[in-house]
Amino acid sequence: MDFGSINPVVLLASLMVASTPILLAALGEMVTEKSGVLNLGVEGMMIFGAVCGFIAAIETQSPTMGFVAAAAGGAALSMLFGLLTQIFLTTQVPAGLALTLLGTGLASLLGQNYQGMSPPRMPDMNIPVLENIPVIGPVIFQHDAIVYLSLIMVVVIWAFLKFTRAGLILRAVGENHTAAHALGYKVKAVRFAAIGFGGAMAGLGGAYISLVRVPQWTDGITAGIGWIALAIVVFASWRAGRVLIGAYLFGGITVLQLNLQAAGAKVPVELLSMSPFLATILVLVVISARRHGATSAPAMLGRIFHTS
Amino acid sequence: MIAIVKRPEPSKFWTIATPIFAVILTMILGGLLFAAMGKDPVAAIRTIFWDPLFNEQFAAYSRPQLLVKAGPLILIAIGLSIGFKAGIWNIGAEGQYIMGAITGASVGLALYPLEAWWIFPAMVIAGALGGFLWAMIPAILKTRFNTNEILVSLMLVYVAEQILASAALGFLRNPEGNGFPGSRNLSQIPWLSNPELIPGTGAHWGVVAALGAVVAAYVLLNKHMLGFQIRLTGESPRAARFAGVKDKLLVMFCLGTAGALAGLAGLFEVTGPAGQISIDFGAGYGFTAIIVAFLGRLNPIGILLAGLLLALTFIGGELAQFMLGLPSAAIQVFQGMLLMILLAMDLVVNYRIILVNREAA
Repeated sequence: MDFGSINPVVLLASLMVASTPILLAALGEMVTEKSGVLNLGVEGMMIFGAVCGFIAAIETQSPTMGFVAAAAGGAALSMLFGLLTQIFLTTQVPAGLALTLLGTGLASLLGQNYQGMSPPRMPDMNIPVLENIPVIGPVIFQHDAIVYLSLIMVVVIWAFLKFTRAGLILRAVGENHTAAHALGYKVKAVRFAAIGFGGAMAGLGGAYISLVRVPQWTDGITAGIGWIALAIVVFASWRAGRVLIGAYLFGGITVLQLNLQAAGAKVPVELLSMSPFLATILVLVVISARRHGATSAPAMLGRIFHTS
Repeated sequence: MIAIVKRPEPSKFWTIATPIFAVILTMILGGLLFAAMGKDPVAAIRTIFWDPLFNEQFAAYSRPQLLVKAGPLILIAIGLSIGFKAGIWNIGAEGQYIMGAITGASVGLALYPLEAWWIFPAMVIAGALGGFLWAMIPAILKTRFNTNEILVSLMLVYVAEQILASAALGFLRNPEGNGFPGSRNLSQIPWLSNPELIPGTGAHWGVVAALGAVVAAYVLLNKHMLGFQIRLTGESPRAARFAGVKDKLLVMFCLGTAGALAGLAGLFEVTGPAGQISIDFGAGYGFTAIIVAFLGRLNPIGILLAGLLLALTFIGGELAQFMLGLPSAAIQVFQGMLLMILLAMDLVVNYRIILVNREAA
């Protein structure tokens, strides 16, 4: 095995690319969960976004249009979940599962004529001056716009939840929907908005996989990343900064195991491929063991809101 | 103005009626979907739901397939439904199914070419044990560390798929297979196979086990204290704890049972219809069984019927693919739609929709 073939700068740069889809999806889901809604359909929204983005990018030959379509697609699919859980008062866990099953099916139906095609390349957007810093430049400042967008979103979401009035209302709805309702806030409207935002972010994350990371369309392209994103929200204790850490941790594991596979490590390929999932379980255990019952989850997470 | 009022108890009538309405509505919407894809909707629906059973040309082949496909779906869904009733969300049945197949096949292949009557029963036990132990991982993590069982059981599906790949390419690969991936064909080795018991019906030991599971679950849920505790935990976990329900034991029981049944399903599949451990052995039964469990209203008899219906969509879907060129993904969409519509209809089960006039309110 040849560790020399692994270039640390390239490794770190690809870490950022690998982490971006997880980061986008996990941030969106975090906002949804902050409003008290547990949407287990992240995987479905991601793969649906991935196929919408792919098709739009091929048809318009513009990756930007691809990402716009992906966000719209993810948000549109998430509205089905919103309809189910907010209007039809369905239990959220099975509704999320249904969304994943439906999204996966729709994606593979829509994408069947697009297999084997190459999408237009997403141009890099190197940041002037900063890109020339040795090591840090190529690692952080020579990426495409979506990578920067995902990082900006970390700050935006953090600030939104912490400093803005709308963020406060969102959190209030998630912590105590009865009280929020009594204060005159539109609980369902807030939750619809949060679900839609989560869907759009998951869609963006999915499209980043099909347009940049892979870049191709194959069935089941998201391969469980949506579920890892869900786990990362738990790992992050519903904080934007920690979502970033979690996403990059898992991006790191993914990239490292891929590089080890390529370098011909004397570890079975299957063991390397399952490592992100094993690591997710391990992290979930550590986090849940440390909390001792007191949880930082939004108090209304998964509860049905109904006024008669 | 319309008001939605929670019923004190779920409506018995709508509990039974909504799955039927959901199927009909899904057929209509599915027909529109097929029409949008440029297929004749009536022909498509008939090919999926009618031809496999009654078309003279295909029924002889399709009818036995019904039990072959329904067996694992019912077996897995029965296990899942017990957990779902108690509010324990095992969504990793696909992984437990794969692990059951691997452990069961491993026992059989380790003994090859020994010939003895007890080998197949030993494989059955190993299969159930494999699924059971795989489900014990989320169970123990949940009871010991309070880790979310939804995420852990699902993650373990991806882990199981990698173990499956490693089995098909490595430790279970057929030494006489000229280097092709996949194990020996178990269904062709008399002492390791799970044959069709009554010719022409498709009934194999897995179907027998599924029927046994339906009966056992019915007795458990309706006649046994444990069944009451499961229902109580699902409806009010706090009340259950005050009533002295050992909630940790209950988590172990629910996940363990589901795992063992999924493992059995995997074992019967690998020794019968699938025949061998191969990379693409996981066919998604573990996920479709979730739909079966809900469509059957978490009721054993309901699950039996729902399992047959979903099996029909698989067979009919294959037929429609062959006859009308309907892509297989369309059936997946169809099944997803069915679950969504069914869940939406839960509204009338749990709530009363009444018209109130505005002044009075």
